[in-house]
Amino acid sequence: MAGSAPRAVTERVVITGLGVIASNAHGKEAFSRALRECKSGVRFYPHLRDIGMACHVGGIPEGLDELSAQYLTEEELLVANHSTTFASIASIDAWTDAGLVRPSPESDEVDWDTGAIIGTGCGAVEVLAEKVVPLVNAGKVRRLGSSMEQSFISGNSARVAGLLALGNQVSTNSSACSTGNEAVVEAFIRIREGRAKRMLAGGSEGHSKYSWAGADAMKVLPRGFNDAPEKASRPMSATAGGFVPAAGAGILLLESLSSAKARGARIYAEVLSGEVNCGGQRMGGTMSAPNPEGVRRCIRGAVAMSGVRAEEIDAINGHLTATFADPHEVESWRTALGLSPSKMPLIHATKSLIGHALGAAGGIECVATVLELHEGFVHGSINCEDLHPALAPYAERVPHTTAVLPNMKVIAKASFGFGDVNACIIFRKFEN
Amino acid sequence: MDQKEVFEKVVAILKPFAKNKDALANVALETAIQKDLKVNSARLVDIVLELEEIFGIQVKDEDAEKVRTVGDAVNLVMYLKKASA
Repeated sequence: MAGSAPRAVTERVVITGLGVIASNAHGKEAFSRALRECKSGVRFYPHLRDIGMACHVGGIPEGLDELSAQYLTEEELLVANHSTTFASIASIDAWTDAGLVRPSPESDEVDWDTGAIIGTGCGAVEVLAEKVVPLVNAGKVRRLGSSMEQSFISGNSARVAGLLALGNQVSTNSSACSTGNEAVVEAFIRIREGRAKRMLAGGSEGHSKYSWAGADAMKVLPRGFNDAPEKASRPMSATAGGFVPAAGAGILLLESLSSAKARGARIYAEVLSGEVNCGGQRMGGTMSAPNPEGVRRCIRGAVAMSGVRAEEIDAINGHLTATFADPHEVESWRTALGLSPSKMPLIHATKSLIGHALGAAGGIECVATVLELHEGFVHGSINCEDLHPALAPYAERVPHTTAVLPNMKVIAKASFGFGDVNACIIFRKFEN
Repeated sequence: MDQKEVFEKVVAILKPFAKNKDALANVALETAIQKDLKVNSARLVDIVLELEEIFGIQVKDEDAEKVRTVGDAVNLVMYLKKASA
C-alpha cells in the first residue's frame, strides 16, 4: 500500500481529473469554452465602492448559493466558508471527472492511497470579520458556536477529506499567490515517490471586502477601470494598474501513471516536473517584489527536472498579474530559458480573463494550462493591445486572441507570491 | 406555547443538522438527537444557540448536556419558558 514507508521509486504522474470554479465559468467544459472565447469574469461590485475602496471591480464566481446546495448538505453548509465551499465544488468535480465515484457518507471505507493538498491565501477572513471578531468584542464568546470549525485555515482540505473519505496526506498549504502551484508540486512529488496513488491538488480562495480592502489600501488594485470592468485586468499592458481581486477554486486530480492505466482512466496530461523556492528577499527581492535570481533558479530547476529543452516549450502560462512586475517576469523567463525574445514560447496570462484569485490562482491556471494542452489551444491574453514598452521585443509572442495549436506538447506554468516565493511546473501532453 | 408548538419549532431547528432524513421524517418525542437523527456532536453547541434565540431562553451547560432526545429538548424548553414567565 502506498504511504507505508518511503520507497526509492519514481512513478510517472499524470492528470486524470479537473475541477474548476472561476469568475468566468464553472466546470471544465464551460471553463474551456470561456478560455477559448476570451470571456472575462471581471464585474463591477457596488459593495466595494460603498466601503470606499478605490477599486470597484473583482472576479467572483456566480450563482454560488444554488450551486453549493447541489454539492453540500444543509449541515455542511452551516459550517462552510467561501473557500471551503469553492474547494468542495471543484474537488468533487475533479473526482467525478476522473471517473471516480463519490463514496457514501454511511460507508466506513477509507481511501488510504488518496490525499488532498488544497491551499488558500486568506482562509476564512469573512467568518473572522463578520462573526468571530464582533461576537468576541461584544463579550458574547458563548455565542461563537462552532465558528472555530468554520474558520480553520485547513478547512479546505479537511472538508474535502470528509466528503471523499481520503486517507493519505490531507493538508492546506499557504504561500500567497504561489499556493495553488505549490500544492500541485507537493502532490506531484508525493505520488512520484510512491507515497500516494492519487492526490487532489490546487487552491481555493474566498472573496471578502476585508481582505480586498487591505490590498486596495496598498494601492495594488486597479482604480481606472471601474466603468469598464472587463478591461480592468491588464497583464503585460502599458496601462496595467494593479491586479483585479478574484475568488474561486481550481483542483487537479494527480495520479500515478500505473494507477491511471490500471483503471483505464482518461489522461489529460503528464506532470513532468515541479520546482518551488524562495528568493530570500535579497538581491532586489522584498516581501512583495521577486528576487530575479530566485525566479530564474525556480524556472531552471523545473526545466532541468523535466528533461525537455527550453526550445521545446510551446507556451508559458505566466504569473503575470498586471502590476509593475510583469516585464520583470517576462525578462526572467527569457534569461532562465536562455532564448532570444523572438524564440520564446507564447506568453499569456489567464488573469487577464478571471482576475487574480490569490491562493486559488495557481490551481485555476493549472486547470487552464492542462485544458489548453489537452485540447490544443492557447487562449488569448486580453487587454494588452497596448503592450508595455519593455515587452516590445516579445510582441509576436503574446497572443491577443486564441491560437489553435493541435501539435502543442509542452506548457510551463509558474506562480510567484508575496514573501518572494516561486513555483513552476512543466506539463506535457501525454505520450505513452 | 403548548408542547406541540414547541415540538414543531424544535424539529425545525434540528432539521438542517439532521443527517438521517428518514429519521427526521418520522421524528417523535423519543427520537434520539445524535443516535437517530445522526446530528454531529460538534453541532450541538449551535443547536443550543438556536434554542436560546428562537425561544428567548438561557440554557445552562449542565442542562444542555442532559438532553438526549427531542422530547428532552422540548421539556427543557417548556420548563425554562415557564420558569422565565
